Amino acid sequence: MTSTSEMTYRDALNMALREEMSRDPSVVVWGEDVALYEGAFKVTRGLLAEFGEERIKDTPISENTIVGVAVGAAMGGLRPVAELMTVNFALLAMDQIVNHMAKIRSMFGGQTFLPMVVRMPGGGGSQLAAQHSQSLESYFMHCPGLHIAYPSTPADAKGLLKSAIRDNNPVIFLEHELLYNSTGEVPNDPEFLVPFGQANVIRSGTDVTIVAYARMTILALQAAADLEKEGISCEIVDLRTFSPLDTETIIESARKTGRAVVVEECWRTAGLGGDIAHRIHEACFDTLLAPVKRVAGLDVPMPYSRKIEKICIPRAETIADAVREVVSRKY
Amino acid sequence: MPNDILATFTVRRLTILNENGNVDDALMPVLSETEIRRMYELMILTRTFDERAQALQREGRLGTYPSTLGQEAAQIGSALALHHSDWVFPSFREMGVQLTLGYPIHRLLQYWSGDERGQVSPENFNIFPMCLSVGTHIPHAVGAAMAARYRRDPVVVVAYFGDGATSKGDFHEGFNLAGVFRLPVVFICQNNQWAISVPLKGQTASASLAQKAIGFGFEGVQVDGNDVFAVHRAATEAIEKARSGGGATFIECLTYRMADHTTADDASRYRSPDDVAIWRAKDPIMRLERFMDLRGMLKDGYVEQTKTFATSTIDEAVRTMEAIPPPLTAEMFDHTCAVLNPRQVRQREGG
Repeated sequence: MTSTSEMTYRDALNMALREEMSRDPSVVVWGEDVALYEGAFKVTRGLLAEFGEERIKDTPISENTIVGVAVGAAMGGLRPVAELMTVNFALLAMDQIVNHMAKIRSMFGGQTFLPMVVRMPGGGGSQLAAQHSQSLESYFMHCPGLHIAYPSTPADAKGLLKSAIRDNNPVIFLEHELLYNSTGEVPNDPEFLVPFGQANVIRSGTDVTIVAYARMTILALQAAADLEKEGISCEIVDLRTFSPLDTETIIESARKTGRAVVVEECWRTAGLGGDIAHRIHEACFDTLLAPVKRVAGLDVPMPYSRKIEKICIPRAETIADAVREVVSRKY
Repeated sequence: MPNDILATFTVRRLTILNENGNVDDALMPVLSETEIRRMYELMILTRTFDERAQALQREGRLGTYPSTLGQEAAQIGSALALHHSDWVFPSFREMGVQLTLGYPIHRLLQYWSGDERGQVSPENFNIFPMCLSVGTHIPHAVGAAMAARYRRDPVVVVAYFGDGATSKGDFHEGFNLAGVFRLPVVFICQNNQWAISVPLKGQTASASLAQKAIGFGFEGVQVDGNDVFAVHRAATEAIEKARSGGGATFIECLTYRMADHTTADDASRYRSPDDVAIWRAKDPIMRLERFMDLRGMLKDGYVEQTKTFATSTIDEAVRTMEAIPPPLTAEMFDHTCAVLNPRQVRQREGG
């Protein structure tokens, strides 16, 4: 049995950065307030003291250029981990992310890899209003060339971030702001890695498959516990990474249960859940007992009011309702 | 209440070679006759490449192509100041730089024929891919300089771009970082005074582009971009300053885009032929020829021999380029990711 320690999602990310920086001197962490201030969400706590200001570097408030210099540094032989204060500011960096980070390898005729990670906290639910509560995972998933992770547990946070840093692909690494204080057992092994493209069946069940990620996985677990009391058995597939997407595990589960609900925190329209639901329909059409149902964010800018904000983001109750609908085939 | 002058600034402008071929001896860099001939031969090679590329485009053998006509001094003068190990981030109109650094000519043509494999630099060449987006490679150059500094690699990073790029956020953000971190980077702007149809005065109200560097805490200098000696001197000084830890410099090479923006453009629709004629009289090759002629360096059919050699060099590169088989359809997937996902694998296989 490998040893584990209970720790927060935040500390698991910190552990991953610390271990990878110790292991590989080419790993550097650059971003806004990452050094002395130790990150807006304190993920880089203690790293300046341990690794010095050359490796943990505060940058000016220039998101596009934070990603751009990471692109240049990755071409220049480093493994930069850039931090954007939140995913919302990634919109300022979309040109560097989509036009450069995702494409340089291709446009360079394959001459160079781009071993870089852009970390960004995201998600809603903290009453931060329309411009600071967004879930932009579908934006990134639409772009070929990017690898994308979004962990739901502290152990996955450590294992996926370490894999991301060692990966030769450019990686978008999403972290959920409401999960930073969540706790779980995390392997102490510095070689503990969670590979990209392997979804995790975190709960076995027989009646319905719930496909979820990040905080949506936690809500799905709550919904499944409630539904169990009603005699509905849910299987939950935690995606872990959007790209590569583990379609195989999703389809295998949907074939087994015959029903699926796809949960996403982002806006419903053109959201990644539509793509996943389509993959299930295409592969499992003959064996599905009901059409795949989607649970997603409402198509509005996030309201500032805490009361209304809650309605805009999937909840355990809305997931449970969707499962009940699918199980009873009331469409 | 105090109302003091906090700071005052000056912007240098450097010219060494005038339009009659005379130089300011006090400013003239130390160059051997061989070095001056090399400058001339590379300028002729660049112009010959450019003429041939435009002709090939008209024949449908190359794609849309951006001419370097009139910008040879800015490109060759600066590139000759680089060490071979220095890192270069070009935009899309620096074929003179690539030719100076010895980039295989057939690969330049291969790229413009529509084949990304032409961007694959040979071993030991630190030339990054041409950046077709305006100014977005400035942060890459800054990041590469940060990487070089961290790795204790004594290289200088040079980024080339045009006047239009100075309006981009990438320019301002990248310059700001270069200033804050005092990085070994030299920014070379070929101010050819036109961003497609928008003239310089539509791009900035600033008296020069060079002075924009002052706001970021490092020096900007304007040079006569059609004066190969001035460009060479300014670039050499800036590159050596960067190499010795003195930080960034911005060099504005004031030149003129003699041709259309690209082969897809018709500049006669938006600018007067009289303006173009003024700049034709300032042609950088003509100026260097006059200088060489005054020193008896053009004897024994040297000009003709240089042009003949350039033509045969380009001829051979065109033959090499056209013998390269086109990329296979499946190859486009190979460089998309380090590892393809299953959907991409199916698409690669035509499924």
